[in-house]
Amino acid sequence: MTTTLDRSTASSLEASAETAPRAGVDHLDLLEAHAIFIMREVAAECERPVLLFSGGKDSAVLLRLAEKAFRPGRFPFPIMHVDTGHNFPEVIDFRDRRIEELGERLLVASVQESIDNGRVADPGPLGMRNRLQTTALLDAINAHGFDACIGGARRDEDKARAKERVLSFRDTFGQWDPKRQRPELWQLYSGQVQPGEHLRAFPLSDWTELDIWQYIERESMELPSIYFAHRRPVIERDGMLLAESEWVAPAPGETAFEETVRFRTVGDATCTGAVRSEATTLARIIQEVAVSRVSERGATRADDRFSETSMEDRKREGYF
Amino acid sequence: MVGAAPPPSPRAEADHRTPGDDRPVMDLLRFAAIGSVDDGKSTLIGRLLHDTKQLFDDQIEAVEAASRRRGVEGMDLSFVTDGLRAEREQGITIDVAYRYAATPTRKFVIADCPGHVQYTRNMATGASTADLALVVVDAPKGLREQTRRHVCIAALLGVRHLIVAANKMDLIDWDESTYQRVVAEMTVLAERLGVESCTVIPVSALNGDNVAVRSDAAPWYDGPTILDALEQAPAGEWAGAHGDRRGSGARLPVQWVLRQPGGGRTYAGMTNGGPLHPGDPVVVLPSGQRSAVTAVETLDGPLSEAAVGLSVSVQLADDVDVSRGDLLASADDHPEVVTELVATICWFDPRPLVAGARYRIKHTTRVTPARILSVDGRLDVNRLELLPADSLAENDIGTVTLAVATPLAVDPYRRNRITGSFVIIDPTTNGTVAAGMVGPPELTPLDPDSTPFDAPG
Repeated sequence: MTTTLDRSTASSLEASAETAPRAGVDHLDLLEAHAIFIMREVAAECERPVLLFSGGKDSAVLLRLAEKAFRPGRFPFPIMHVDTGHNFPEVIDFRDRRIEELGERLLVASVQESIDNGRVADPGPLGMRNRLQTTALLDAINAHGFDACIGGARRDEDKARAKERVLSFRDTFGQWDPKRQRPELWQLYSGQVQPGEHLRAFPLSDWTELDIWQYIERESMELPSIYFAHRRPVIERDGMLLAESEWVAPAPGETAFEETVRFRTVGDATCTGAVRSEATTLARIIQEVAVSRVSERGATRADDRFSETSMEDRKREGYF
Repeated sequence: MVGAAPPPSPRAEADHRTPGDDRPVMDLLRFAAIGSVDDGKSTLIGRLLHDTKQLFDDQIEAVEAASRRRGVEGMDLSFVTDGLRAEREQGITIDVAYRYAATPTRKFVIADCPGHVQYTRNMATGASTADLALVVVDAPKGLREQTRRHVCIAALLGVRHLIVAANKMDLIDWDESTYQRVVAEMTVLAERLGVESCTVIPVSALNGDNVAVRSDAAPWYDGPTILDALEQAPAGEWAGAHGDRRGSGARLPVQWVLRQPGGGRTYAGMTNGGPLHPGDPVVVLPSGQRSAVTAVETLDGPLSEAAVGLSVSVQLADDVDVSRGDLLASADDHPEVVTELVATICWFDPRPLVAGARYRIKHTTRVTPARILSVDGRLDVNRLELLPADSLAENDIGTVTLAVATPLAVDPYRRNRITGSFVIIDPTTNGTVAAGMVGPPELTPLDPDSTPFDAPG
């Protein structure tokens, strides 16, 4: 026996008809519209926003959304890359090409400079620079007086990111306090902070990895070539395939071998793993992502593996 | 050193989206999972994601490893959403966790909300954008006050559809009379809150019965599983028609002014209430100037219709004074311009709300100073009655009359969730201290013979 209270079946049916998807308006349209809305709110409510750009697919989508939000005008914020110095050259090429196409202002916050200035300890030629980005980021925020950083993080990437607000508060030390987040109701995003504090804004909060790829395909967007299958020398380490580079060399007992791979996510070259794949087109990548048994960061980010709460710990310190 | 040079970045073939595409159009449903502490909310969400194969293998491994570390046998599915260290240590949900799932025709955004009264503000955050609430009840223990409070807040926030999981049925051997008790209590509550549909489903989140997979543990039950009910629910456009089936006319709160080459201006924002078309006569509020839409534009080209939920920029026929904070609305169905309003609020601040207090309010794209003229009532969650009060304490729901420095164009919340909502901000801390909805709460008191409290005005 079904027990359902239907106050008004007729009006429910009418409602279903009214709220049925209209031709051409799908979930990607709604996600895109909401992301544009968030960017415009941040630009209007915050005094000195900046858009964080890593060269990866999510930040590439952010740039496209910024065009949709603000063209024909200039972006009301500069674009900043927090550069570990350990980049895939293809990513830097892509970054430079996109910036020139857009005609917008690029700032580079350099981890190498932080090391040279003694702001952070040098982890050595083979050390991981992921966590050092936090210092470079916070120093740049202080130097430029940014009160809002627009970033491409998504809630589906990580269990700590799943807890983030769309506009997320950071104190004067750049810290995130997950136990004391501001309420955030409806679409009312409040951009006010005290001097020294800032906000992180996440227009892609509700986008999944698959949504991102489907959007890239729909928009015919260009991406760094390393996202597509290609052959390169890799080293197998801790269950990950790391690209051999000037910062990643075989340790005793390891050998480099050639493999056809692509990168699912783009981080620092010392901590980003590749996956074996033959996908050379967006359509093939989308198919692979749709049936994948492993999450985007699961097989491919060594920086997430330090502890159960590795992302939460980094974010508490001020990480992206 | 990189070996073979990678291929140049290929550009995808343009995939022109036209009606009649063979790719299915996916709609979007946002729902909030609500309920009291320990009633199994997070376990239910974890189970739903697990059984619908939304969890990746590495995520499952991580949850298993975390469960082992904390001395839990097997897999504690609540760890799927309770991801903060403090949450796993204490075994409770502190803040909303957002999870995502998709079927071929529907994308789900799931807000797993905290149950403890201390985190009411976080529950309200999760429920404010929901089309539907998944209410988890510990069936053997029955409907708790905290669950009532959450269902009440969800209904006030405009959630019109409830799916109720009568959970932990395995602990009482699937006793049908226990299930019927939950049905009776929820039906009464739903009616009094003006909720449109309430589907009660007997489940065991721990074992998986009737969550994604039908079980024969309850042979007397032949209704939908939780997953069935989620897939059948009306898809959401929470910024659109709600409550009153006709919804409201088109509204566009102006967020940003785009200067066009050649000197013209267009006004950018997100449409809500109803669609906007070139040719529509509109009024600019609060000034009252009249004009008409000449074009509705996006970077991809002009639209013949801006559907609810799209971000567009609008060109007007006349050279009128429009800036951020103004509202464009259908000329024949527009919000009312007010400097005083009665509102239902959920108060979040530890310090009580009293008459005379000064704050800021944000309504659509306008931020303006506001003063509380009077506190008119506090809601008794058990009796669903407004009782006289002159202050509101943390986590109270009540009604107030307030005055605003700049005139606002408002609709009653039941007609439009965007123009009918606002937040109250404390200017000294920049914290959001209340969620506000224009108009009195729509509730029927529990005892029809009691005298309802008459709010002033």
